Amino acid sequence: MATTTTTEVTIPFVEALAAYEPVLGLEVHVELNTATKMFCGCATEFGAEPNSQVCPVCLGLPGALPVLNEKGVESAIRIGLALGCEIAPWCRFARKNYFYPDMPKNFQTSQYDEPISHDGHLDVELEDGSTYRVEIERAHMEEDTGKSLHIGGATGRIHGATHSLVDYNRAGIPLIEIVTKPMVGAGERAPEVARAYVAALRDIVKALGVSDARMDQGSMRCDVNVSLMPKGADRFGTRSETKNVNSLRSVERAVRYEIERHAAVLASGGSVVQETRHWHEDTGVTTSGRVKSDADDYRYFPEPDLVPIAPSAELVESLRATLPENPALRRRRLQSSWGYSDLEMRDVVNAGLVETIGETVAAGASPAGARKWWSGEVARRANAAGTDVVPYAASVGVTAAHVAELEGLISSGRLNDRMARDVWDGVLAGEGTPTQVADARGLRLVEDSGAIEGAVEKVIAANPDIATKVRDGKVQAAGALIGQVMKELKGQGDAAAVRALILARLTGAPSAE
Amino acid sequence: MTDLIRLTADEMADALAAKDISSLELTRAHLERIAAVDGGVHAFLHVDGEGALAAARTIDERRSAGEALPRLAGVPIGVKDVMATKGLPTTCGSKILQGWVPPYDATLVTRLRQSGLPILGKLNMDEFAMGSSTEHSAYGPTHNPWDLERIPGGSGGGSAACVGSYQAPLAIGTDTGGSIRQPAAVTGTVGTKPTYGGVSRFGLVALASSLDQAGPCTRTVLDAALLHEVIGGYDPMDSTSIDAPVPPVVEAARRADVSGMRIGIVRELTGEGFQAGVQKRFDEAVEHLVDAGAEVVEVSCPSFTYALAAYYLILPSEASSNLARFDAMRYGLRVWPSDDASAEQVMAATRAAGFGDEVKRRIILGTYALSSGYYDAYYGSAQKVRRLIYDDFASAFERADVLVSPTSPTTAFRFGEKMTDPMSMYLQDIATIPANLAGVPGMSVPSGLADEDGLPAGFQILAPATRDERLYAVGAALEQRLDAAWGGPLLDRAPTLASAFSGAMGSSYADARDGEGR
Amino acid sequence: MPELTRADVAHLAGLARIAMTDDELDRMVGELGIILESVAKVQQAPIEGVEPMSHPLPLTNVNRPDAVHPSLSAAAALAGAPEVDQQRFSVPRILDEE
Ligand SMILES: [Mg+2]
Ligand SMILES: [Zn+2]
Repeated sequence: MATTTTTEVTIPFVEALAAYEPVLGLEVHVELNTATKMFCGCATEFGAEPNSQVCPVCLGLPGALPVLNEKGVESAIRIGLALGCEIAPWCRFARKNYFYPDMPKNFQTSQYDEPISHDGHLDVELEDGSTYRVEIERAHMEEDTGKSLHIGGATGRIHGATHSLVDYNRAGIPLIEIVTKPMVGAGERAPEVARAYVAALRDIVKALGVSDARMDQGSMRCDVNVSLMPKGADRFGTRSETKNVNSLRSVERAVRYEIERHAAVLASGGSVVQETRHWHEDTGVTTSGRVKSDADDYRYFPEPDLVPIAPSAELVESLRATLPENPALRRRRLQSSWGYSDLEMRDVVNAGLVETIGETVAAGASPAGARKWWSGEVARRANAAGTDVVPYAASVGVTAAHVAELEGLISSGRLNDRMARDVWDGVLAGEGTPTQVADARGLRLVEDSGAIEGAVEKVIAANPDIATKVRDGKVQAAGALIGQVMKELKGQGDAAAVRALILARLTGAPSAE
Repeated sequence: MTDLIRLTADEMADALAAKDISSLELTRAHLERIAAVDGGVHAFLHVDGEGALAAARTIDERRSAGEALPRLAGVPIGVKDVMATKGLPTTCGSKILQGWVPPYDATLVTRLRQSGLPILGKLNMDEFAMGSSTEHSAYGPTHNPWDLERIPGGSGGGSAACVGSYQAPLAIGTDTGGSIRQPAAVTGTVGTKPTYGGVSRFGLVALASSLDQAGPCTRTVLDAALLHEVIGGYDPMDSTSIDAPVPPVVEAARRADVSGMRIGIVRELTGEGFQAGVQKRFDEAVEHLVDAGAEVVEVSCPSFTYALAAYYLILPSEASSNLARFDAMRYGLRVWPSDDASAEQVMAATRAAGFGDEVKRRIILGTYALSSGYYDAYYGSAQKVRRLIYDDFASAFERADVLVSPTSPTTAFRFGEKMTDPMSMYLQDIATIPANLAGVPGMSVPSGLADEDGLPAGFQILAPATRDERLYAVGAALEQRLDAAWGGPLLDRAPTLASAFSGAMGSSYADARDGEGR
Repeated sequence: MPELTRADVAHLAGLARIAMTDDELDRMVGELGIILESVAKVQQAPIEGVEPMSHPLPLTNVNRPDAVHPSLSAAAALAGAPEVDQQRFSVPRILDEE
């Protein structure tokens, strides 16, 4: 039985927002890209054979003991610093006790009241150029669980399954859980704020190099807490916790849906149930999961198998020195150096092309050219393929160097713009580098001045009326002649040179040479 | 050749080094002894004759090839069934782990193998080391070699009875609240709980992580020191391992020098509650140390009166979490309460069937002590008491170099005597528990036989953390004097086991091997 | 401290995933009551203002380098499993509570 058969009542977003103020809380789990797990030396390779990256420690075998991954701690501190958090001078791991088959020890080694970093903030930019400050409550270290495959039920869902198959390769991979303070005051922009926050967080951890932050692969996962309070109230309402909302678009949609659902419940005089909910990407709704109860007594206590972590001030400062530029500030700097308009920059950012364009410019292309070639045809095709530009480009083998090369062919006078588009098509079709494609397709501007002059003479002779207009000073009429000359040259002419030649011939203006 | 097994490990090592005997002979002699007496003692849950003989053969070959070998190479040993042994069943005395064969060796076991000690098998214990009598083993109790109707102490009754009945000269025990020292006391043997962090816990199936410590069980103080040296030292696989060399325990045991040493008698650990004969032997032992040149001071550790209470909150709390992994999902027993049971129901049914009463009691107690609303009153308060005890030790050790007390308040009691009253069982560890809470090392050496029942009593020595060598200096000095007074080791006065058991218990080598006990 | 009730013990047994019969619950209530009365003594100790101590060793910052160590083979990892399927641990159906 699918869990999505009952659609709950919602009311339109605008109506919801007219009556209630949404309060959000986001919990984002970021899987670190350390070579080994948090507490053992097992590899963390994604997609390995099931149960091939496990050992007594991460399988929770009797007698096994954890030893902390130094890089995991450093990454946690760097994330904390990048989020403007205070780094605890002394903190510990705790055991979070609950039974679940994908958790080998039946406790998760996590941090409880002593997180490694706390009290930070992240300023996120919204579409309209304004900034919303998200207050960060804490960013703590913990370990991931194994992965279950549910067998016998419909569409691999847990519900209705007869049994499950567990792979513990993921068990013990280091996670940083980043928890916001309640986000209030975003109003109708709450869904956008949520999305922008998760996107900004993703950019930061990627810029830090501590995580792949691939939501599609689960290396970044988001739980969304939503509650509503009547406008003017100062006490938060009951919240729902929607688990595993795993794309930026879904974050926005899930927040929106929950606002609409909560509002419907409240508007009808009901009360929101405090529960976990499941997000359904396909139908765009959430469904009821487990009701929070006093059974959620995790019996936290300090993990006796690990010793406290006391990062020295020197360590923290040396890690601070390794922080990359804040992605938002960096973006502003790049925008001005590339000379993009706000709109152009936003498109580039939304397409996830900032790094790629940086690389392309570094490879020798002009900023304008880089933007044009990446966000035009490549973005269109990526969209059609239902993926992002960067992974699409990688899948067809197109690189920053290709763009720079293409630009070089134009500026050296070998290709005109139209020819360059043909070449780019060939590159995207996997026919080779721009030079190879141009060679193979025989694309080259006509350089033989005799052939160009011949064509100009021929076109002027065939269009005496237009020629007269140009002679009489109507320079814009030359366009019709240029078009015909280009046609004569089968498109392989340099339009600027042709124009100069026609004007010289008809008005006596000096030619380009 | 039967006298071979009566040598000390140190003497065996000498004879092996001199090539007077081979490890194969020595190991075979012990396997024969096991076959002869363990049907009655039931120290072993699993005997690995083949593995032990193969290891012995390898050592003999290496020795004849002229290789320089570690001191104890070729001397066989028994290992408490709480240590993970690759390829050898490891049950912790519990049904829930019946048939489990670990895919890895505990660090301590690796060190035994690297040092060339043939492992005879796995030794009986109270289930998951919870108990003071070995009656809580799911595979039946171990019997005290001094009196088969009495308990050998616990949880490491198998380890103490094993060395006490000459089935091995050496054994590994673990001590969370006295599980090495109390069995040593009631079997007339020697046992050391090293400083917490002195011996790696990697591969020791945890009872209470902040209290557990493995250590040697032997018949002499020097043998304990020799074994301590093999198993001790830093292990990067254990985050709580001390990164320092093993204290000079062997040297201290050989010198046996207590002249000028200040021996502190802990007021709270003598007198009331201690059996008269046990107290008398303790007092005499102190006199012997004074004769040997030590000075006696009396110290008070007022917080020790809360130690038992703190211990029975901290231990169950940690244990309730440590034992959560036994859930029928990845290893061990799996019980289906019905054909379509959920994972949750299978877990609950398996844990109901696989754990004994004492284990369940402590898990529930620990679950309670950690649960929201009670944490501060129970676990939290216990942690504060722990600090007071730690501080008491610190001030006591300013006045004394070692502290001493009777190890256990009584001699070995009869089977069943305390099974229906958990609190009376818990009181067995009243004198041993403070050391675990504070992490300091402790040792029990025989102090003689109690007048009223003729059974062994133990003398406990405690030293500051990382000063384990002091235990050996005092223990060896006392042993020398007492052996001289008795005209030989105390164990010489134990019943001659072979005649006591042969036939009567219907034991056989095969029975001992099957790991099922009786 | 309030007395431990039968319902309390049943709740704790649920948290600890131990199925208990009514008889067992009854017995456990009695036994735990006695033990709790005794261990509650910790509250009478002079613990006011005392820093809790969770560990006997004063160690901090024990880490290992982020270097890969060989894992177990999948066969060794799965050897002790009650049931195996598709190189995974086969477990009974999991109730919908994740
Ligand atoms: Mg978490
Ligand atoms: Zn591992």
